[in-house]
Amino acid sequence: MVNLRINGQEHELDVPDNMPLLWAIRDVVGMKGTKFGCGIAQCGACTVHLDGVATRSCVMPVSAAKGEITTIEAMSDDAVGQKVQQAWLDLGVAQCGYCQGGQIMNATALLKKTPEPETQEIIDAMAGNLCRCGTYNRILAAIERAADKEVSS
Amino acid sequence: MSQSDDTLLLANISRRGLLKGLAGASALLLAARWDIGLANEQAQFGAGAMPGGWVDNPNVFIHIDANGLVTIVNNRAEMGQGIRTSLVMVAADELGADWDRVRAEQADGDQDKFGNQNTDGSRSMRHWYDPMRRAAAAARLMLEQAAANQWGVSVDQVRADIHKVVHPATGRELDFGQLAEAARELDVPGRDGLVLKSDSELRFIGKESGLINGELKSTHPKAIDGEDIVTGKAIFGADVDLENTLYAVVARPPVYGATVKSVDDSEALKVRGVKKTVRIDGTGQPAAFNPLGGVAVVATNTWAAMEGRRALKIEWDNTPAGNNADYTSDTYRESLEKAAQSPGKVIRQSGDVEAALKEANKRVSATYYMPHMAQAPMEPPVAVVRVSGGQAEAWAPVQNPRATREGIAGLLEIDLENVTVHQTLLGGGFGRKSKPDFVIEAAQVAKAFEGQPIKLQWSREDDIQHAYFHAVSVDHLEAGLDGNGKATSWRHRTLSPSIASLFAPDPKHKAGFELGMGFNTMPFSIPAIRLENPPAPAHVRIGWFRSVYNLPHAWAIQSFAHEMAVAAGKDHRDYVLDLLGPGREVHNLTVGDGWNYGEDPEMYPIDVGRMRRVIERATEEAGWGKERAKGRGLGLAFHHSFVSYTAVVFDVEVDDGGQVTIHRADIAFDCGPQANPERIRSQMEGSCVMGIGIALQNEVTFQDGVAQQSNFDRYLLPRMPNAPKVVRVHLIDNPDDAMGGVGEPGLPPVAPALCNAIYAATGKRIRRLPVGDQLSA
Repeated sequence: MVNLRINGQEHELDVPDNMPLLWAIRDVVGMKGTKFGCGIAQCGACTVHLDGVATRSCVMPVSAAKGEITTIEAMSDDAVGQKVQQAWLDLGVAQCGYCQGGQIMNATALLKKTPEPETQEIIDAMAGNLCRCGTYNRILAAIERAADKEVSS
Repeated sequence: MSQSDDTLLLANISRRGLLKGLAGASALLLAARWDIGLANEQAQFGAGAMPGGWVDNPNVFIHIDANGLVTIVNNRAEMGQGIRTSLVMVAADELGADWDRVRAEQADGDQDKFGNQNTDGSRSMRHWYDPMRRAAAAARLMLEQAAANQWGVSVDQVRADIHKVVHPATGRELDFGQLAEAARELDVPGRDGLVLKSDSELRFIGKESGLINGELKSTHPKAIDGEDIVTGKAIFGADVDLENTLYAVVARPPVYGATVKSVDDSEALKVRGVKKTVRIDGTGQPAAFNPLGGVAVVATNTWAAMEGRRALKIEWDNTPAGNNADYTSDTYRESLEKAAQSPGKVIRQSGDVEAALKEANKRVSATYYMPHMAQAPMEPPVAVVRVSGGQAEAWAPVQNPRATREGIAGLLEIDLENVTVHQTLLGGGFGRKSKPDFVIEAAQVAKAFEGQPIKLQWSREDDIQHAYFHAVSVDHLEAGLDGNGKATSWRHRTLSPSIASLFAPDPKHKAGFELGMGFNTMPFSIPAIRLENPPAPAHVRIGWFRSVYNLPHAWAIQSFAHEMAVAAGKDHRDYVLDLLGPGREVHNLTVGDGWNYGEDPEMYPIDVGRMRRVIERATEEAGWGKERAKGRGLGLAFHHSFVSYTAVVFDVEVDDGGQVTIHRADIAFDCGPQANPERIRSQMEGSCVMGIGIALQNEVTFQDGVAQQSNFDRYLLPRMPNAPKVVRVHLIDNPDDAMGGVGEPGLPPVAPALCNAIYAATGKRIRRLPVGDQLSA
C-alpha cells in the first residue's frame, strides 16, 4: 500500500512502489488533468508540485512521492495559480491545450519561488516544458503578466 | 444587388465575383438562389465536392433551451487551431447570441448528418463559414418569426437584437430562451429568404481581439475551451474515463511490414496487473490506416501494461518487410542525390531549359535535403474502444471520424451504422491523427474483451518510431542567369516517396496533389522552365505532416531563389520580386496543376499580386535593407499554399560557436477574409516555432529499417529558448478575395527564411536539414 496526499486529500493505493506518480494519479486515483507526454521527464506535460517544487510525475515512483502533491486541478484554489491561469486566458495562450496544465504548474512554481523573475529566468525555467503548437511567446508573455510585468513579446 | 433569376450551379459559374464582399447581403441573396442541394451533389470544387459535402440546417447545428442557453454543434476536430471557438463564434455572431450564453457541443462522427468532418487541408473555416452563417441566419429568422407570431405582427416589424427579439414599435421584447420552443416548431426558412448581417452589424467576425503583437486589445470573446484547459478539465483522448476499463499497449514490429515470428509472454503475464496478451495481425504493405500488427499487453493500468510489454520476448520476421529491413537514411539520401542527376518524369515544361542552361552567362546549382520527421503531437495517439453485441463505440482524438468508423467497421465486419465515434479534443494533430490506425488497433484488442472498454495508449517511443513519417526529400535545382543576373532558365527535380505508397503499390512518383503543393505551382516568371520528378521508393509509412509536400518544395525553391540572388549580386527581395514578375493571376491548369487544394481555379487562382504584397509587407515591417551588425542577418522566404499567401522574415544572430539566436520574426499573411483574426495570429505564431524546429532540429533517421530516434531526448523539438524573442504577425486586410486556409500555410516558408537569414549572418549555406551542429563544425 502506498499513501499519497494529493490536493489535500489522502489516498491509499494498492500499487507497486515503482509505479510512476503520473499513472497512479491518472489511472488509479482517476484525476486526468496531469498528462502523459514522454515518460522520460523531457516534456513537462506531467508536471505536478511536490511540496511546492515542480516535479515530473512520469519519472517519480510513488514510493518517493512523500509530501504534499498538488495538481493542476487545485490551481484555482491557489492565489498564484489563479493569477497564472487568468493570464493564460487573457492572452489566449493555449492552442490544443494538452501541455498547458504542465506549463501552468511549472510557471506557478517559478512565480512562487521568484515572484518577479527576469525574462531570461523565465525562459530558463520553462525550457523543460515542450509545446508542439509553439505557444512559447504567449506563455512567456502570460508569465510576465501574472508577475505584473509589462507584456514584452 | 443582383436580382438575376438564373438558377446558378456552383460548378459552372465564377464564384469569385460573388465572394467579393463576402459578408455583405448581396453575396448571400445571390448565393441563396443557387439550387444548393444540386450543387452539393454536382460540385467539382470546394466544400460541396468533399465527401458528405456541407449542411446548413439550423436544426442540426443550433439548439436553444428554455433558459436561452445556446448550444452550437461543432462538426470539425479541435486540435489547437481553435475551430471550436472560431466556428461557434461565426454562428453566434450571425445568430446574435450573447457569447456568455453560448456553449459548444462536439459532433459525433456522422457525415450524413453533419457534412464533411475530415479536419485536414486547412479547410474548416473556408468550407464551413458560409454554411454556419446560413444556419445561424435561418435560426435567427425562426426566432423572429416566433416572436412575430406571439405578438400578432408581421416578421418584418420585429428584429433580433443580442439574445432577444424586439418589436421596436411597442418596445416589447422576448429573450431567445422564451422563443426557443415556438421557433423549433417552425419550418426552416428557404435560403432565398435569408439575409446575412452586414459587416457593421457583426460583433466578432473579422474583429481583432486578444494579444496583437504584444498589445492586449481585449479579452473577449473568450476561447470556448480556455477555462477547461487551464483548470485541467478539458477531455483529451486519454482522459475518457469509463468504468471497468482495461489498459493496453502494443509491441509493434520495428521494421515496416515485419511480422511476429514467435512470442514468449510468460514473463509479461507475471507482471502485476497484466491480464492477457493479444496478437494483432498486421495487414502487410501497403498499410493504409491498418494496424502494424504485433502483440498487445492488456492490464489494469497503463504502467502495468508498459511493464508487461517490456517483459515480452518477441522474435520478429523481417521477410515480409522485404528491403524495408535494409532501409538506412544515409544510403537512401545518397541514392536520391544520384537519381537527381538524371532526368525524371516531366511534370511541367516551357521553353528549352537545356539550351538556355548552355547559353547562360552563369549557372547556379544546388541540392537540398529534408529528412523524415514525426508529427509528435504532445498527446501521443490514444483511443478508448468498446466492442459489444456486434456494435463498437470509440472515443478518440481523431481528425477524420468517418475514416475511423469505416476502419473499425471493416475490421469487425459490421455495418457502419453499428460504429459510433465520439470525438474528444485532440492534444495536437499535425496530420498524425488524420490516420486512425491507433483507433482501429484499439478495436482489434477490444474485440477480445467483449463489452469491456479498452484504452490503448501509445508511448512516445511508439509515436516517434511508428509515425506516418513526413516524406524524406531531395530537391535538385539548376538555373541559368544572363549577364545582368536575370534568370533565363529553371530546372527543378524533386524526389520523395509518395503518400500514395500507403494505399497502393508504391508509385515511386509524387501524386498530383503532392506536386500541386508548391512544385508545379511555382509562380516565377522565367522563360525556360522544366520540372521533373525522378522516382523515389517508400520504405516506411509516409503520411501527411502539417503543410505536407509544401515543406520540401518551399524549402528548396526559397533557398535556391536566394542562392540565385547571391550569384547575381542582387538584393534578395528585389530579386525575387523580379522573378515573380508583375502582379497577375495564374490559372492552375496552365501550370499543370489540376488539384488546387480542391478549390475552383477561377475563384482561387495563383495570385502573384498577393504574393508580392506579403513579401513587401514582411520586408518593410522587418526593416529590410538596413545594415546589420556582424554575425547578424535578415532572411526572407514566401510561399503560396492552401490557397493563402505567407512571407516570413527572420532577424537572426549566429555567434562564433554556431549558436542561433532569433531576434525577431515578421510574418505577413493573406488568407483573404479573416473569420477570427486572433486565432489566425496564434496559428502564425505556432507555425513559426514549429518551422524553427524543422530548420534546426527535427530528424528521424533509419538504420536497417528501424527508426533511430524514439523520444524527445534525441528527437529534438523547439523549446522556449529556441523561439524568436519577438514575433510580429501582419495580417493583410483583404476581404475581397475568397477565404483561404490558416492552419498550414504559415509553416512552409519558415525553415527557408531561417536558413537564408543564417546565410546572411554567416555566409554559410545550409542545404541539408536540420541545421543541427553544421554551424559549429
